[in-house]
Amino acid sequence: MTELYQLTIHEAGKLLRQRKISSVELTQAHLDRIRAVEDKVKALTLITDDLALQQAREADKRLARNENLSPLTGIPIAIKDVICTKDITTTCGSRMLENFKPPFDATVMQKLNAAGIVMVGKTNMDEFAMGSSTEHSAFFPTHNPWDLERTPGGSSGGSAAAVAAGMAMGAYGSDTGGSIRQPGALCNVVGLKPTYGRVSRFGLVAFASSLDQIGPFARDARDAALLLQVIAGHDPCDATSSPHPVADYTANLNGSIKGLRIGVPEEYWVEGTQPEVVAAVQADIEKLHEMGAIVEPVSLPHTKYGVAAYYIVAPAEASANLARYDGVKYGYSYRDTNDMWEAMEKTRQYGFGAEVKRRIMLGTYALSAGYYDAYYKRAEKVRTLIRQDFERAFERFDVLASPASPTVAFKLGEISDPYQMYLQDVFTIPANLAGICGISIPGGFSNGLPIGFQLLGNAFAEDMILRVADAFQRVTDYHTRWPQL
Amino acid sequence: MIDRETVIHVAKLARLGLSEEDINIFQGQLSVILQNIAILQEADVSGVSPTAHASRLTNIMRTDTPRPSYPPEVLLANAPDQEDNYLKVNAVLEGE
Repeated sequence: MTELYQLTIHEAGKLLRQRKISSVELTQAHLDRIRAVEDKVKALTLITDDLALQQAREADKRLARNENLSPLTGIPIAIKDVICTKDITTTCGSRMLENFKPPFDATVMQKLNAAGIVMVGKTNMDEFAMGSSTEHSAFFPTHNPWDLERTPGGSSGGSAAAVAAGMAMGAYGSDTGGSIRQPGALCNVVGLKPTYGRVSRFGLVAFASSLDQIGPFARDARDAALLLQVIAGHDPCDATSSPHPVADYTANLNGSIKGLRIGVPEEYWVEGTQPEVVAAVQADIEKLHEMGAIVEPVSLPHTKYGVAAYYIVAPAEASANLARYDGVKYGYSYRDTNDMWEAMEKTRQYGFGAEVKRRIMLGTYALSAGYYDAYYKRAEKVRTLIRQDFERAFERFDVLASPASPTVAFKLGEISDPYQMYLQDVFTIPANLAGICGISIPGGFSNGLPIGFQLLGNAFAEDMILRVADAFQRVTDYHTRWPQL
Repeated sequence: MIDRETVIHVAKLARLGLSEEDINIFQGQLSVILQNIAILQEADVSGVSPTAHASRLTNIMRTDTPRPSYPPEVLLANAPDQEDNYLKVNAVLEGE
Protein backbone atom coordinates (compact mmCIF):
# COMPACT_ATOMS: atom_id res chain seq x y z
CA MET A 1 0.00 0.00 0.00
CA THR A 2 1.10 3.53 -0.68
CA GLU A 3 2.31 5.36 2.42
CA LEU A 4 1.31 8.98 2.92
CA TYR A 5 4.92 10.06 2.35
CA GLN A 6 4.88 8.41 -1.08
CA LEU A 7 2.06 10.52 -2.51
CA THR A 8 2.68 13.26 -5.03
CA ILE A 9 1.71 16.81 -4.12
CA HIS A 10 -1.22 16.82 -6.55
CA GLU A 11 -2.51 13.54 -5.11
CA ALA A 12 -2.12 14.70 -1.51
CA GLY A 13 -3.63 18.10 -2.31
CA LYS A 14 -6.78 16.43 -3.59
CA LEU A 15 -7.09 14.30 -0.43
CA LEU A 16 -6.52 17.39 1.74
CA ARG A 17 -9.20 19.40 -0.05
CA GLN A 18 -11.63 16.46 0.14
CA ARG A 19 -10.83 16.31 3.89
CA LYS A 20 -9.87 12.64 3.54
CA ILE A 21 -6.56 13.36 5.25
CA SER A 22 -5.39 16.28 7.37
CA SER A 23 -2.21 18.25 6.95
CA VAL A 24 -1.26 17.25 10.50
CA GLU A 25 -1.48 13.57 9.51
CA LEU A 26 0.45 14.18 6.32
CA THR A 27 3.09 16.21 8.16
CA GLN A 28 3.39 13.63 10.95
CA ALA A 29 3.92 10.92 8.32
CA HIS A 30 6.84 12.91 6.92
CA LEU A 31 8.31 13.69 10.35
CA ASP A 32 8.10 9.95 11.16
CA ARG A 33 9.81 9.17 7.87
CA ILE A 34 12.53 11.71 8.66
CA ARG A 35 13.02 10.04 12.05
CA ALA A 36 13.30 6.64 10.34
CA VAL A 37 15.78 7.47 7.58
CA GLU A 38 17.60 10.74 8.36
CA ASP A 39 20.39 8.98 10.30
CA LYS A 40 21.30 7.18 7.08
CA VAL A 41 20.65 9.92 4.51
CA LYS A 42 21.72 13.07 6.42
CA ALA A 43 19.74 15.35 4.11
CA LEU A 44 18.87 18.01 6.67
CA THR A 45 20.88 20.63 8.55
CA LEU A 46 17.81 21.45 10.64
CA ILE A 47 14.52 19.63 11.33
CA THR A 48 11.77 22.14 12.06
CA ASP A 49 9.24 19.69 13.52
CA ASP A 50 7.49 22.05 15.96
CA LEU A 51 7.10 24.71 13.28
CA ALA A 52 5.90 22.09 10.80
CA LEU A 53 3.13 20.83 13.08
CA GLN A 54 2.08 24.40 13.89
CA GLN A 55 1.94 25.27 10.17
CA ALA A 56 0.02 22.02 9.53
CA ARG A 57 -2.62 22.96 12.11
CA GLU A 58 -2.93 26.40 10.48
CA ALA A 59 -3.28 24.74 7.08
CA ASP A 60 -6.00 22.43 8.38
CA LYS A 61 -7.98 25.45 9.61
CA ARG A 62 -7.56 27.08 6.23
CA LEU A 63 -8.65 23.89 4.47
CA ALA A 64 -11.69 23.61 6.78
CA ARG A 65 -12.75 27.13 5.85
CA ASN A 66 -11.99 26.33 2.19
CA GLU A 67 -10.54 29.79 1.92
CA ASN A 68 -7.58 31.14 -0.04
CA LEU A 69 -6.25 27.67 -0.85
CA SER A 70 -3.10 27.01 -2.86
CA PRO A 71 -2.08 23.63 -4.32
CA LEU A 72 0.72 23.77 -1.72
CA THR A 73 -1.49 24.49 1.32
CA GLY A 74 -0.63 21.95 4.00
CA ILE A 75 2.12 20.26 1.93
CA PRO A 76 5.40 19.30 3.69
CA ILE A 77 8.34 20.96 1.94
CA ALA A 78 12.10 21.16 2.59
CA ILE A 79 14.15 24.29 1.91
CA LYS A 80 17.80 24.46 0.90
CA ASP A 81 19.80 26.14 3.62
CA VAL A 82 20.87 28.95 1.28
CA ILE A 83 17.37 30.50 1.25
CA CYS A 84 16.82 32.98 4.09
CA THR A 85 14.19 31.94 6.63
CA LYS A 86 13.30 34.61 9.17
CA ASP A 87 14.65 33.82 12.66
CA ILE A 88 15.53 30.28 11.53
CA THR A 89 19.18 29.34 11.10
CA THR A 90 20.39 29.67 7.50
CA THR A 91 23.89 28.20 7.40
CA CYS A 92 24.69 27.87 3.66
CA GLY A 93 26.51 24.71 4.74
CA SER A 94 29.26 26.92 6.15
CA ARG A 95 30.97 27.46 9.50
CA MET A 96 30.81 31.13 8.55
CA LEU A 97 27.03 31.19 8.97
CA GLU A 98 26.63 28.31 11.43
CA ASN A 99 24.59 30.48 13.83
CA PHE A 100 23.17 33.02 11.38
CA LYS A 101 19.47 33.78 11.78
CA PRO A 102 18.22 36.07 9.00
CA PRO A 103 16.09 39.04 10.10
CA PHE A 104 13.84 38.54 7.05
CA ASP A 105 12.33 35.90 4.79
CA ALA A 106 13.48 35.51 1.18
CA THR A 107 10.76 36.56 -1.27
CA VAL A 108 10.36 32.89 -2.17
CA MET A 109 9.74 32.06 1.51
CA GLN A 110 7.19 34.87 1.81
CA LYS A 111 5.31 33.41 -1.15
CA LEU A 112 5.52 29.86 0.20
CA ASN A 113 4.36 30.92 3.65
CA ALA A 114 1.48 32.86 2.11
CA ALA A 115 0.53 29.69 0.20
CA GLY A 116 0.45 27.82 3.52
CA ILE A 117 3.26 25.30 3.10
CA VAL A 118 4.56 23.19 5.95
CA MET A 119 8.35 23.53 6.27
CA VAL A 120 9.85 20.30 7.64
CA GLY A 121 13.48 21.40 7.56
CA LYS A 122 16.46 23.06 5.93
CA THR A 123 18.54 20.92 3.60
CA ASN A 124 22.24 20.21 3.47
CA MET A 125 24.38 21.57 0.66
CA ASP A 126 27.91 22.16 -0.53
CA GLU A 127 29.23 25.25 1.24
CA PHE A 128 27.79 28.40 -0.35
CA ALA A 129 26.41 26.14 -3.12
CA MET A 130 29.90 25.42 -4.47
CA GLY A 131 30.18 21.75 -5.34
CA SER A 132 28.55 18.76 -7.01
CA SER A 133 28.39 16.21 -4.18
CA THR A 134 27.49 17.89 -0.82
CA GLU A 135 30.92 16.72 0.36
CA HIS A 136 31.87 20.38 0.69
CA SER A 137 29.24 20.91 3.40
CA ALA A 138 31.08 22.11 6.52
CA PHE A 139 28.89 19.80 8.63
CA PHE A 140 28.54 16.38 6.98
CA PRO A 141 28.01 14.87 3.53
CA THR A 142 24.54 13.75 2.44
CA HIS A 143 24.13 10.15 1.31
CA ASN A 144 22.27 9.09 -1.83
CA PRO A 145 19.08 7.21 -0.88
CA TRP A 146 19.68 4.83 -3.81
CA ASP A 147 23.09 3.79 -2.47
CA LEU A 148 24.21 5.22 0.84
CA GLU A 149 27.88 4.92 -0.11
CA ARG A 150 27.33 7.35 -2.96
CA THR A 151 26.77 11.10 -3.18
CA PRO A 152 23.38 12.62 -3.97
CA GLY A 153 25.10 15.16 -6.21
CA GLY A 154 25.17 18.82 -5.37
CA SER A 155 25.13 21.47 -4.42
CA SER A 156 21.42 20.99 -3.58
CA GLY A 157 22.06 17.34 -2.62
CA GLY A 158 20.06 17.55 0.61
CA SER A 159 16.95 18.79 -1.19
CA ALA A 160 17.18 16.05 -3.84
CA ALA A 161 17.81 13.32 -1.26
CA ALA A 162 14.96 14.54 0.97
CA VAL A 163 12.44 14.23 -1.86
CA ALA A 164 13.89 10.91 -3.06
CA ALA A 165 13.71 9.45 0.46
CA GLY A 166 10.15 10.62 1.22
CA MET A 167 11.21 13.15 3.86
CA ALA A 168 9.44 15.98 2.02
CA MET A 169 6.91 15.98 -0.85
CA GLY A 170 8.86 18.67 -2.64
CA ALA A 171 11.88 20.84 -2.00
CA TYR A 172 13.55 23.98 -3.21
CA GLY A 173 17.18 24.40 -4.19
CA SER A 174 19.35 26.78 -6.17
CA ASP A 175 21.05 26.18 -9.49
CA THR A 176 24.10 28.22 -10.51
CA GLY A 177 25.76 25.68 -12.82
CA GLY A 178 23.61 22.58 -12.36
CA SER A 179 23.04 22.46 -8.61
CA ILE A 180 19.37 21.47 -9.02
CA ARG A 181 19.49 19.33 -12.17
CA GLN A 182 22.56 17.22 -11.38
CA PRO A 183 21.40 16.12 -7.88
CA GLY A 184 17.91 15.62 -9.32
CA ALA A 185 19.45 13.27 -11.88
CA LEU A 186 21.54 11.36 -9.32
CA CYS A 187 18.59 10.93 -6.92
CA ASN A 188 15.83 10.06 -9.45
CA VAL A 189 13.70 13.15 -8.84
CA VAL A 190 12.58 16.01 -11.05
CA GLY A 191 14.76 19.13 -10.74
CA LEU A 192 13.89 22.37 -12.53
CA LYS A 193 16.10 25.40 -13.09
CA PRO A 194 13.92 28.31 -14.17
CA THR A 195 14.93 30.99 -16.66
CA TYR A 196 17.21 33.63 -15.14
CA GLY A 197 14.90 36.30 -13.72
CA ARG A 198 11.82 34.06 -13.48
CA VAL A 199 12.16 33.67 -9.70
CA SER A 200 13.25 36.36 -7.27
CA ARG A 201 16.74 36.01 -5.83
CA PHE A 202 15.94 38.34 -2.91
CA GLY A 203 16.99 36.45 0.22
CA LEU A 204 18.89 33.79 -1.72
CA VAL A 205 22.41 34.03 -0.28
CA ALA A 206 24.46 35.09 -3.30
CA PHE A 207 27.02 32.82 -4.98
CA ALA A 208 27.20 34.09 -8.60
CA SER A 209 24.52 36.70 -9.09
CA SER A 210 24.30 36.54 -12.89
CA LEU A 211 23.73 32.77 -12.80
CA ASP A 212 21.85 31.88 -9.57
CA GLN A 213 18.20 30.79 -9.74
CA ILE A 214 15.93 29.12 -7.17
CA GLY A 215 13.92 26.15 -8.42
CA PRO A 216 11.95 23.10 -7.27
CA PHE A 217 12.57 19.39 -6.73
CA ALA A 218 9.56 17.11 -7.18
CA ARG A 219 8.45 13.50 -7.76
CA ASP A 220 6.84 14.32 -11.10
CA ALA A 221 6.54 17.11 -13.65
CA ARG A 222 3.05 18.12 -12.49
CA ASP A 223 4.32 18.67 -8.95
CA ALA A 224 7.28 20.66 -10.32
CA ALA A 225 4.79 22.88 -12.17
CA LEU A 226 2.83 23.49 -8.96
CA LEU A 227 6.00 24.22 -6.98
CA LEU A 228 7.26 26.66 -9.63
CA GLN A 229 3.91 28.41 -10.01
CA VAL A 230 3.92 29.65 -6.41
CA ILE A 231 7.41 31.20 -6.52
CA ALA A 232 7.53 32.59 -10.09
CA GLY A 233 7.08 36.25 -10.87
CA HIS A 234 8.49 39.74 -10.67
CA ASP A 235 9.77 41.11 -7.37
CA PRO A 236 10.52 44.79 -6.77
CA CYS A 237 13.26 43.67 -4.35
CA ASP A 238 15.21 41.95 -7.17
CA ALA A 239 15.97 44.25 -10.10
CA THR A 240 16.97 41.25 -12.22
CA SER A 241 13.60 39.54 -11.78
CA SER A 242 11.54 39.70 -14.94
CA PRO A 243 8.21 41.43 -15.57
CA HIS A 244 7.53 38.79 -18.28
CA PRO A 245 4.03 37.33 -17.61
CA VAL A 246 4.01 34.07 -15.64
CA ALA A 247 2.54 31.15 -17.60
CA ASP A 248 0.00 28.71 -16.17
CA TYR A 249 2.42 25.81 -15.80
CA THR A 250 -0.19 23.05 -15.53
CA ALA A 251 -2.43 24.29 -18.35
CA ASN A 252 -0.59 22.43 -21.12
CA LEU A 253 0.18 19.20 -19.29
CA ASN A 254 -2.06 17.30 -21.71
CA GLY A 255 0.21 14.39 -22.62
CA SER A 256 0.57 15.42 -26.24
CA ILE A 257 3.92 16.25 -27.80
CA LYS A 258 2.93 15.37 -31.35
CA GLY A 259 4.71 17.64 -33.81
CA LEU A 260 6.95 19.30 -31.21
CA ARG A 261 10.49 19.78 -32.47
CA ILE A 262 13.18 18.24 -30.26
CA GLY A 263 16.83 19.05 -30.95
CA VAL A 264 19.60 16.73 -29.84
CA PRO A 265 22.85 18.70 -29.34
CA GLU A 266 25.66 16.83 -31.12
CA GLU A 267 28.30 18.27 -28.80
CA TYR A 268 26.64 16.75 -25.71
CA TRP A 269 27.86 13.23 -26.48
CA VAL A 270 31.34 13.79 -25.12
CA GLU A 271 34.09 11.44 -24.13
CA GLY A 272 33.85 10.63 -20.45
CA THR A 273 30.09 10.15 -20.46
CA GLN A 274 29.30 6.66 -19.17
CA PRO A 275 28.01 4.33 -21.93
CA GLU A 276 24.99 3.35 -19.77
CA VAL A 277 24.04 7.04 -19.52
CA VAL A 278 24.36 7.48 -23.29
CA ALA A 279 22.27 4.36 -23.97
CA ALA A 280 19.51 5.31 -21.52
CA VAL A 281 19.21 8.89 -22.77
CA GLN A 282 19.20 7.79 -26.40
CA ALA A 283 16.33 5.43 -25.54
CA ASP A 284 14.53 8.30 -23.79
CA ILE A 285 14.88 10.48 -26.89
CA GLU A 286 13.63 7.61 -29.07
CA LYS A 287 10.60 7.41 -26.77
CA LEU A 288 9.79 11.07 -27.49
CA HIS A 289 10.11 10.30 -31.19
CA GLU A 290 7.68 7.37 -30.87
CA MET A 291 5.24 9.72 -29.15
CA GLY A 292 5.13 11.90 -32.25
CA ALA A 293 7.85 14.49 -31.64
CA ILE A 294 10.13 15.46 -34.52
CA VAL A 295 13.68 14.63 -33.38
CA GLU A 296 16.70 16.05 -35.19
CA PRO A 297 20.35 16.74 -34.38
CA VAL A 298 21.44 20.31 -33.68
CA SER A 299 24.86 21.86 -33.23
CA LEU A 300 25.82 24.05 -30.26
CA PRO A 301 29.38 24.65 -31.48
CA HIS A 302 30.72 26.53 -28.43
CA THR A 303 29.70 23.87 -25.90
CA LYS A 304 33.32 22.83 -25.33
CA TYR A 305 34.08 26.25 -23.81
CA GLY A 306 31.18 26.12 -21.33
CA VAL A 307 32.92 24.70 -18.27
CA ALA A 308 35.97 26.94 -18.75
CA ALA A 309 33.90 30.12 -19.18
CA TYR A 310 31.80 29.19 -16.16
CA TYR A 311 34.86 28.62 -13.96
CA ILE A 312 35.95 32.17 -14.63
CA VAL A 313 32.57 33.92 -14.44
CA ALA A 314 31.17 32.10 -11.39
CA PRO A 315 34.30 32.33 -9.16
CA ALA A 316 34.80 35.98 -10.19
CA GLU A 317 31.28 36.84 -9.05
CA ALA A 318 31.68 34.65 -5.97
CA SER A 319 34.90 36.38 -4.95
CA ALA A 320 33.04 39.70 -4.99
CA ASN A 321 29.89 38.38 -3.30
CA LEU A 322 31.79 36.62 -0.52
CA ALA A 323 33.81 39.74 0.32
CA ARG A 324 30.96 40.57 2.71
CA TYR A 325 32.08 37.87 5.15
CA ASP A 326 34.53 39.97 7.10
CA GLY A 327 33.65 39.05 10.69
CA VAL A 328 32.15 42.46 11.38
CA LYS A 329 28.45 42.46 10.53
CA TYR A 330 27.38 38.86 11.09
CA GLY A 331 28.72 35.34 10.96
CA TYR A 332 31.90 33.81 12.34
CA SER A 333 34.40 36.33 13.61
CA TYR A 334 38.02 35.78 14.65
CA ARG A 335 38.42 37.84 17.83
CA ASP A 336 41.85 36.92 19.12
CA THR A 337 43.71 39.97 17.81
CA ASN A 338 43.52 43.76 17.86
CA ASP A 339 44.67 44.03 14.26
CA MET A 340 41.86 44.70 11.80
CA TRP A 341 43.45 43.01 8.77
CA GLU A 342 44.57 39.97 10.73
CA ALA A 343 41.05 39.60 12.16
CA MET A 344 39.56 39.74 8.67
CA GLU A 345 42.05 37.32 7.12
CA LYS A 346 41.72 34.80 9.95
CA THR A 347 37.93 35.11 9.98
CA ARG A 348 37.96 34.06 6.33
CA GLN A 349 40.69 31.46 6.82
CA TYR A 350 38.78 29.63 9.58
CA GLY A 351 35.22 30.44 8.44
CA PHE A 352 35.49 29.16 4.85
CA GLY A 353 36.17 25.61 3.70
CA ALA A 354 38.63 24.51 1.01
CA GLU A 355 36.34 24.70 -2.05
CA VAL A 356 35.10 28.18 -1.18
CA LYS A 357 38.69 29.38 -0.68
CA ARG A 358 39.69 27.78 -3.98
CA ARG A 359 36.96 29.67 -5.85
CA ILE A 360 37.68 32.96 -4.10
CA MET A 361 41.32 32.55 -5.14
CA LEU A 362 40.41 31.65 -8.72
CA GLY A 363 37.93 34.51 -9.03
CA THR A 364 40.25 37.08 -7.47
CA TYR A 365 43.03 35.94 -9.81
CA ALA A 366 40.79 36.25 -12.88
CA LEU A 367 39.78 39.77 -11.88
CA SER A 368 43.23 40.95 -10.84
CA ALA A 369 45.31 43.50 -12.74
CA GLY A 370 46.97 41.98 -15.78
CA TYR A 371 44.61 39.02 -16.03
CA TYR A 372 41.21 40.71 -16.31
CA ASP A 373 41.18 40.91 -20.13
CA ALA A 374 42.76 37.49 -20.69
CA TYR A 375 40.36 35.68 -18.38
CA TYR A 376 37.25 37.51 -17.20
CA LYS A 377 36.52 39.62 -20.26
CA ARG A 378 37.28 36.74 -22.60
CA ALA A 379 34.98 34.43 -20.61
CA GLU A 380 32.18 37.00 -20.90
CA LYS A 381 32.62 37.07 -24.68
CA VAL A 382 32.55 33.29 -24.85
CA ARG A 383 29.38 33.49 -22.78
CA THR A 384 27.86 35.56 -25.60
CA LEU A 385 28.82 32.84 -28.12
CA ILE A 386 27.17 30.17 -25.96
CA ARG A 387 24.03 32.27 -25.61
CA GLN A 388 23.92 32.75 -29.39
CA ASP A 389 24.27 28.98 -29.92
CA PHE A 390 21.02 28.53 -27.99
CA GLU A 391 19.27 31.45 -29.71
CA ARG A 392 19.94 29.83 -33.09
CA ALA A 393 18.88 26.38 -31.83
CA PHE A 394 15.58 27.65 -30.42
CA GLU A 395 14.67 29.20 -33.77
CA ARG A 396 14.30 25.63 -35.00
CA PHE A 397 13.45 23.63 -31.89
CA ASP A 398 11.00 23.75 -28.98
CA VAL A 399 13.16 21.70 -26.62
CA LEU A 400 16.72 20.35 -26.55
CA ALA A 401 17.33 16.89 -25.05
CA SER A 402 20.53 15.51 -23.49
CA PRO A 403 21.90 13.68 -20.45
CA ALA A 404 21.74 15.74 -17.25
CA SER A 405 25.02 14.40 -15.89
CA PRO A 406 27.84 12.43 -17.53
CA THR A 407 27.75 9.77 -14.80
CA VAL A 408 25.47 8.03 -12.35
CA ALA A 409 26.00 8.81 -8.66
CA PHE A 410 29.66 8.40 -7.73
CA LYS A 411 31.02 7.18 -4.40
CA LEU A 412 31.61 9.58 -1.54
CA GLY A 413 35.32 10.43 -1.66
CA GLU A 414 35.73 9.08 -5.20
CA ILE A 415 36.44 12.42 -6.92
CA SER A 416 39.22 14.28 -5.11
CA ASP A 417 40.55 16.39 -8.00
CA PRO A 418 38.67 19.71 -8.10
CA TYR A 419 38.61 19.99 -11.89
CA GLN A 420 37.22 16.46 -12.31
CA MET A 421 34.39 17.46 -9.95
CA TYR A 422 33.75 20.57 -12.06
CA LEU A 423 33.17 18.34 -15.11
CA GLN A 424 30.08 16.89 -13.40
CA ASP A 425 28.27 20.00 -14.63
CA VAL A 426 29.37 19.86 -18.28
CA PHE A 427 25.76 19.41 -19.55
CA THR A 428 24.10 21.81 -17.12
CA ILE A 429 26.44 24.83 -17.11
CA PRO A 430 25.59 26.18 -20.61
CA ALA A 431 21.94 26.82 -19.63
CA ASN A 432 23.05 29.00 -16.71
CA LEU A 433 25.47 30.96 -18.89
CA ALA A 434 22.68 31.56 -21.43
CA GLY A 435 20.02 32.19 -18.77
CA ILE A 436 17.56 29.68 -20.26
CA CYS A 437 15.49 27.07 -18.38
CA GLY A 438 16.14 23.36 -17.95
CA ILE A 439 14.74 20.33 -16.21
CA SER A 440 16.19 16.96 -15.25
CA ILE A 441 13.77 14.06 -15.03
CA PRO A 442 14.23 10.36 -14.19
CA GLY A 443 15.37 8.74 -17.44
CA GLY A 444 16.53 5.24 -16.59
CA PHE A 445 18.71 3.14 -14.32
CA SER A 446 22.10 1.48 -14.47
CA ASN A 447 22.73 -1.23 -11.86
CA GLY A 448 20.08 0.29 -9.61
CA LEU A 449 21.43 3.84 -9.92
CA PRO A 450 19.30 6.60 -11.49
CA ILE A 451 20.10 8.32 -14.80
CA GLY A 452 18.89 11.87 -15.44
CA PHE A 453 17.33 13.04 -18.72
CA GLN A 454 17.71 16.78 -19.33
CA LEU A 455 15.30 18.94 -21.33
CA LEU A 456 16.37 22.51 -22.06
CA GLY A 457 13.90 25.21 -23.05
CA ASN A 458 14.14 28.74 -24.34
CA ALA A 459 13.88 31.70 -21.96
CA PHE A 460 10.48 31.62 -20.20
CA ALA A 461 9.54 28.31 -21.87
CA GLU A 462 9.14 26.46 -18.55
CA ASP A 463 5.63 25.47 -19.66
CA MET A 464 7.15 23.75 -22.72
CA ILE A 465 9.77 21.68 -20.90
CA LEU A 466 7.19 20.73 -18.26
CA ARG A 467 4.79 19.63 -20.99
CA VAL A 468 7.39 17.32 -22.55
CA ALA A 469 8.49 16.05 -19.10
CA ASP A 470 4.89 15.30 -18.10
CA ALA A 471 4.16 13.54 -21.39
CA PHE A 472 7.31 11.43 -20.98
CA GLN A 473 6.28 10.45 -17.46
CA ARG A 474 2.87 9.24 -18.70
CA VAL A 475 4.61 6.51 -20.70
CA THR A 476 7.51 5.70 -18.36
CA ASP A 477 7.67 4.59 -14.74
CA TYR A 478 11.22 5.54 -13.70
CA HIS A 479 9.92 8.41 -11.57
CA THR A 480 7.56 6.16 -9.62
CA ARG A 481 10.31 3.89 -8.27
CA TRP A 482 11.47 4.09 -4.67
CA PRO A 483 14.89 3.39 -3.16
CA GLN A 484 15.20 0.65 -0.52
CA LEU A 485 16.08 2.37 2.73
CA MET B 1 51.12 27.77 -14.15
CA ILE B 2 51.05 30.09 -11.21
CA ASP B 3 53.87 30.46 -8.74
CA ARG B 4 53.94 30.64 -4.97
CA GLU B 5 54.28 34.43 -4.93
CA THR B 6 51.16 34.81 -7.08
CA VAL B 7 49.17 32.61 -4.69
CA ILE B 8 50.28 34.75 -1.75
CA HIS B 9 49.56 37.98 -3.68
CA VAL B 10 46.04 36.87 -4.70
CA ALA B 11 45.26 35.72 -1.15
CA LYS B 12 46.26 39.14 0.07
CA LEU B 13 43.96 40.82 -2.49
CA ALA B 14 41.11 38.60 -1.28
CA ARG B 15 41.99 39.16 2.41
CA LEU B 16 42.07 35.41 2.76
CA GLY B 17 44.42 33.91 5.32
CA LEU B 18 46.14 30.75 4.05
CA SER B 19 48.24 28.20 5.89
CA GLU B 20 51.55 27.01 4.42
CA GLU B 21 49.78 23.81 3.43
CA ASP B 22 46.97 25.77 1.73
CA ILE B 23 49.49 27.76 -0.29
CA ASN B 24 51.17 24.60 -1.57
CA ILE B 25 47.90 22.82 -2.36
CA PHE B 26 46.32 25.83 -4.08
CA GLN B 27 49.42 26.48 -6.16
CA GLY B 28 49.08 23.01 -7.69
CA GLN B 29 45.28 22.93 -7.93
CA LEU B 30 44.87 26.43 -9.36
CA SER B 31 47.54 25.65 -11.95
CA VAL B 32 45.63 22.56 -13.09
CA ILE B 33 42.35 24.49 -13.25
CA LEU B 34 43.95 27.34 -15.22
CA GLN B 35 45.52 24.86 -17.65
CA ASN B 36 42.05 23.51 -18.38
CA ILE B 37 40.54 26.97 -18.62
CA ALA B 38 43.21 27.93 -21.17
CA ILE B 39 40.93 26.40 -23.85
CA LEU B 40 39.15 29.77 -23.82
CA GLN B 41 42.12 31.21 -25.69
CA GLU B 42 41.15 29.05 -28.69
CA ALA B 43 37.72 30.63 -29.07
CA ASP B 44 37.31 33.21 -31.81
CA VAL B 45 35.84 36.17 -29.96
CA SER B 46 36.73 38.87 -32.48
CA GLY B 47 33.89 41.36 -32.74
CA VAL B 48 31.92 39.64 -29.95
CA SER B 49 30.57 41.83 -27.17
CA PRO B 50 30.69 40.46 -23.61
CA THR B 51 27.64 39.14 -21.72
CA ALA B 52 27.71 40.26 -18.09
CA HIS B 53 24.29 38.90 -17.21
CA ALA B 54 21.43 37.00 -18.80
CA SER B 55 18.46 38.93 -17.47
CA ARG B 56 17.41 40.40 -20.84
CA LEU B 57 16.65 43.64 -19.01
CA THR B 58 18.32 47.04 -18.97
CA ASN B 59 18.03 50.08 -16.72
CA ILE B 60 15.33 48.95 -14.34
CA MET B 61 13.84 51.93 -12.54
CA ARG B 62 11.51 52.10 -9.59
CA THR B 63 9.88 54.93 -7.74
CA ASP B 64 11.83 56.21 -4.77
CA THR B 65 9.21 55.55 -2.13
CA PRO B 66 10.21 55.47 1.54
CA ARG B 67 9.38 52.21 3.30
CA PRO B 68 9.66 51.22 6.95
CA SER B 69 13.14 49.97 7.79
CA TYR B 70 14.31 47.49 10.40
CA PRO B 71 15.06 48.62 13.94
CA PRO B 72 18.83 48.58 14.68
CA GLU B 73 18.40 45.84 17.31
CA VAL B 74 17.04 43.48 14.64
CA LEU B 75 19.80 44.22 12.16
CA LEU B 76 22.47 43.92 14.83
CA ALA B 77 21.14 40.67 16.28
CA ASN B 78 23.78 38.67 14.36
CA ALA B 79 26.66 41.08 14.98
CA PRO B 80 29.75 39.53 16.60
CA ASP B 81 30.32 42.67 18.69
CA GLN B 82 28.39 45.89 19.19
CA GLU B 83 28.02 48.89 21.44
CA ASP B 84 25.18 51.42 21.59
CA ASN B 85 23.64 50.11 18.36
CA TYR B 86 26.94 50.36 16.47
CA LEU B 87 29.10 47.56 15.10
CA LYS B 88 32.30 47.39 17.13
CA VAL B 89 35.52 46.77 15.20
CA ASN B 90 39.26 46.88 15.78
CA ALA B 91 40.98 50.23 15.31
CA VAL B 92 41.25 51.06 11.61
CA LEU B 93 43.86 53.83 11.84
CA GLU B 94 47.29 52.84 13.06
CA GLY B 95 49.70 54.69 15.35
CA GLU B 96 47.04 56.23 17.61
